[in-house]
Order: sequence, then C-alpha cells, then structure tokens
Amino acid sequence: MLYIPCPHCGFRDETEFTYGGPSHVTRPELTTSDREWTHYLYHRSNPKGPYRERWIHSYGCGRWFNVLRDTGTHEILEVYLMGQSGMDSANRGNP
Amino acid sequence: MQRYSLRNVLGHALRGNSGWKPAWRTPTLKSTYDVVVIGGGGHGLATAYFLAKKHGVQRVALLERGHIGQGNSGRNTQVTRSNYFYPVSSSFFDHSLKLYEGLGRELNFNVMLRQGGQINLAHSHHELEIIRRWANAILMNGVDAEILSETEIRKLVPILNPHPRFAIAGALIQRRAGISRHDAVVWGFARGASAHGVDLVQGCEVRGFRKSGDRVIGVETSHGEIQCGRVVMSVSNQSSLLAGLAGFTLPTTTTTLQAMVSEPIKPVLDPCVISGAIHAYVSQSDRGEIVIGGGADVYNSYRQRGSVAITRGVLAAALELFPSFSRLKLMRQWAGAVDITPDTSPIMGLTPVRNLYINCGWGTGGYKAIPAGGDTMAQTVVDDKPHPLIRAFDLARFESGALIDEGAASGVAH
Repeated sequence: MLYIPCPHCGFRDETEFTYGGPSHVTRPELTTSDREWTHYLYHRSNPKGPYRERWIHSYGCGRWFNVLRDTGTHEILEVYLMGQSGMDSANRGNP
Repeated sequence: MQRYSLRNVLGHALRGNSGWKPAWRTPTLKSTYDVVVIGGGGHGLATAYFLAKKHGVQRVALLERGHIGQGNSGRNTQVTRSNYFYPVSSSFFDHSLKLYEGLGRELNFNVMLRQGGQINLAHSHHELEIIRRWANAILMNGVDAEILSETEIRKLVPILNPHPRFAIAGALIQRRAGISRHDAVVWGFARGASAHGVDLVQGCEVRGFRKSGDRVIGVETSHGEIQCGRVVMSVSNQSSLLAGLAGFTLPTTTTTLQAMVSEPIKPVLDPCVISGAIHAYVSQSDRGEIVIGGGADVYNSYRQRGSVAITRGVLAAALELFPSFSRLKLMRQWAGAVDITPDTSPIMGLTPVRNLYINCGWGTGGYKAIPAGGDTMAQTVVDDKPHPLIRAFDLARFESGALIDEGAASGVAH
C-alpha cells in the first residue's frame, strides 16, 4: 500500500488516489512523422528507478499533482504541483 | 538424458534411487554461439528447446540472470486456455493449447495438465449477450465454446455462492481449458533443451549488445563477451531495459500482478471460475490449494510484491463467489512484475535491430502461451521472418495502427 503525500491534504492511503500515468509527456505538432506520433502515443521510458507520474486525489481534494517515485522501491522522492517541473533535475524527464 | 518411465522409476527404486543424474547439464559459457536466448523463463526455454530440437541449431546458449523459472514462470496461476476473441489471437493460443495437450509426451515430463474447463460468469442479461457474442467468435475461430445456464453452472460448481449478491445469468465455458504444473513446464523444457545440446547458463546477466551497423553481432555479459549470429530477448518485465541497451524503445509498461493460495483442501472445484464483473478468478490446484487471482496494480512497479489494497479487493471478490472459502487460511501471496502493452496483446518477432528478435508484452497471460511462443519464435529466428501465427503481433503494429485489442477477452478486465 502506497502512502502518498497529497500536497494539499497530507499523507493518505493509495486507495484515495487515481493513477494518471507519466508526467511531462509533450504532444508533438500535428505535422510530425508517424514514427514520432507513435512514440508519443505508446512508447514510455518504463525505468526501474525514479519515475515522474501524475496522481489525482479522487476521494479527497480532487486535485492533480506530480510525484517522483522509485519504481524499484516505491519510495516517493518528491511531490510537486501541476505546471511545475520538479526539483530533482538529475532525474528530470520521462520520455 | 535419462528417460522417465515406469521401468526406470522401478529400476532406480530397487537401487535405492542413487543413480538419478541431474536433469540438465551445467556447462561453461563458450565464446561463440549461433543463437543466444536471453531469459530462462518458460518462453526462453521453449524457444531454445525448439531451436535445438525442431530446427537442429547446433550452438544455442540460454542466459539467465538468476535461476531458471524464478520470474513470472514461477509466479503465475498456471491457467491454459484459448478462448480469445480475434482470429489472430485465437489461432495462436489454440496452437499453444494443442501443444500443451501433447506436452507431457513431447518432453517426457509430466506437466500435470488437467482440462477441467474455464467458466466465465455473466451477472446480467447484458453481460450474457456479450458472452454469447464472445462464444460465437470463438466458435467461428474453430475453438470450442459453450454457453451454460445457471442450473448447468451449479451442477459443475456446486460450491458457488447459493445467494450471490450479483445474480448469475449464465456463463461461457471452454472445456479444453485447464491448469498444469508451472514448475514442470519450466523443468521439462530446460531438461529437453539441455539434452538437445543447449547450454543453459544461470547467474549470467546480459549488460549490453555488440552491434555492427544496424545488426547485432554479440552480447556483453557478466561472464564476458559472446559472439553470436542471432539473439532472442525473452525477458518479460526487463524488456524495456534490455531494448534500451540495444537502442530502441518499447510501448510496454511494467506493473504488478498478484495471486494467492489457500491451505490445501480436498477437491471441491474442477473448473477455473472467472467473474469479470466481480473481478476475481479462482481455481484449485492438484495439490488442493485454492488459487486466487484478480486485478493488477495500477501504477508502474518492478517490486514483485503487490499492493495490500488489491489483495483485499481480490479476496473480497473471491469470497463473494465462494463464501465457504472464508474459513480457509491464506497460505501464500505473491506477485510478478508483468510488462503490459497498450492493446494487451504480446509483441513478438523482429526488432529495429537486425538479427535481434523479441518476445515480450505478455502482460497478465504469458503462461498459456509458452509452448507456442517457443515454437513460433524458434521458427522466426531460423527464417529471419515472422512465423505466420505471430505476424500480427509485431512491434510495427503500433505505428500502422493495426492493434489487437484483446482487453475485452482477457480473463478478467484489466
């Protein structure tokens, strides 16, 4: 069971949240190649280690936020608001 | 290879069982091979087996980072079925089921296949309509399927909840579906592969690929460099990481699927019973344990443990179907890290790197595909073009848009 620190409500059980997949995925221009578009739609970095992802506190404040979480240990390294890019620049950027 | 037979068992028993040799050799790694198979799970072992046995490839190495069968091949719920919706899936998985039906004889190893059938429950008129459509699709694909009434279901599964909260409207059954012993499948393929000359090397990690232009010419391992003609990646949840080392990306995400077993009891449940709506599937192993599975964790994870929240949900669902199981002690709970694709169908065949082949993306259902996965991948490697049964499962389908969306025909909704 993850114990997630919502930036607005504090620590809550994972069951209060809904997962939103990877953060910071940028939609390419519509004129882009099929290959680029496929990459945007489907291909994910899927690392074993720090991973930037979005969560929504569905059964709480109902707000989205970003989490930097280690997929190998489940340790939550950082939580930051939507629109922000996160502090730990070494681990910045999923695909 | 020492054959297993009644005569041999009796003969060895008379000599105090001291004459049994190890089931497979422990070779040292050579520096050159024709084909290197990465990953000692069911799919990798089956691929190596068929390469050596069916196609006579002389020098095959199988590299496993840990021990064989310790990943998802040792963490599944041993269900085998071919009740898929789309013709391409159906023909592949039925080929696999047919191979399972003859696997004990093929490998001279009892894989304990018991075809007790698989029942998919419908809990409403609408769900029954969907299941009817599904059954018709299966029949059109030339695979067996029947619709059962509630009376017929209760005759087959007398311990089903007599007063279910969600009424039972009917069910789909594939009678040829069943369970087998997963360790036996792994050991049988390992023993067979070794007997046909495959070098099974455990504790050997692949750390990189040697490439010349756009083709792979070798692998870098913890035991040194190996030159090889062709390489097969069959590494499940590690596929993204290994593809990264080879220089391409995959559309897979790694997440956790868990399962659990109760203490062993006398036989009470012959078929595997699935409810997509209540979200659990339950079967009984030949050892008597009640085997319970259900939903996957929602977030990316390599942790192989599973969230307690999911455990709780799956158990509640299983007890809704079988309230009498609430008296049982839960003996073990475990999880596997599974690689899930956007359309929940596997990725098999060629990769952007020449002479490198991939078999991954099995998500929540790779066990049932082991023999066919090995058979078709071996052929693909030998021909350097996809086997007809797996042509539709290629990596390029995500770019062309020809997805095979089998999510609806999955055992439970994922």
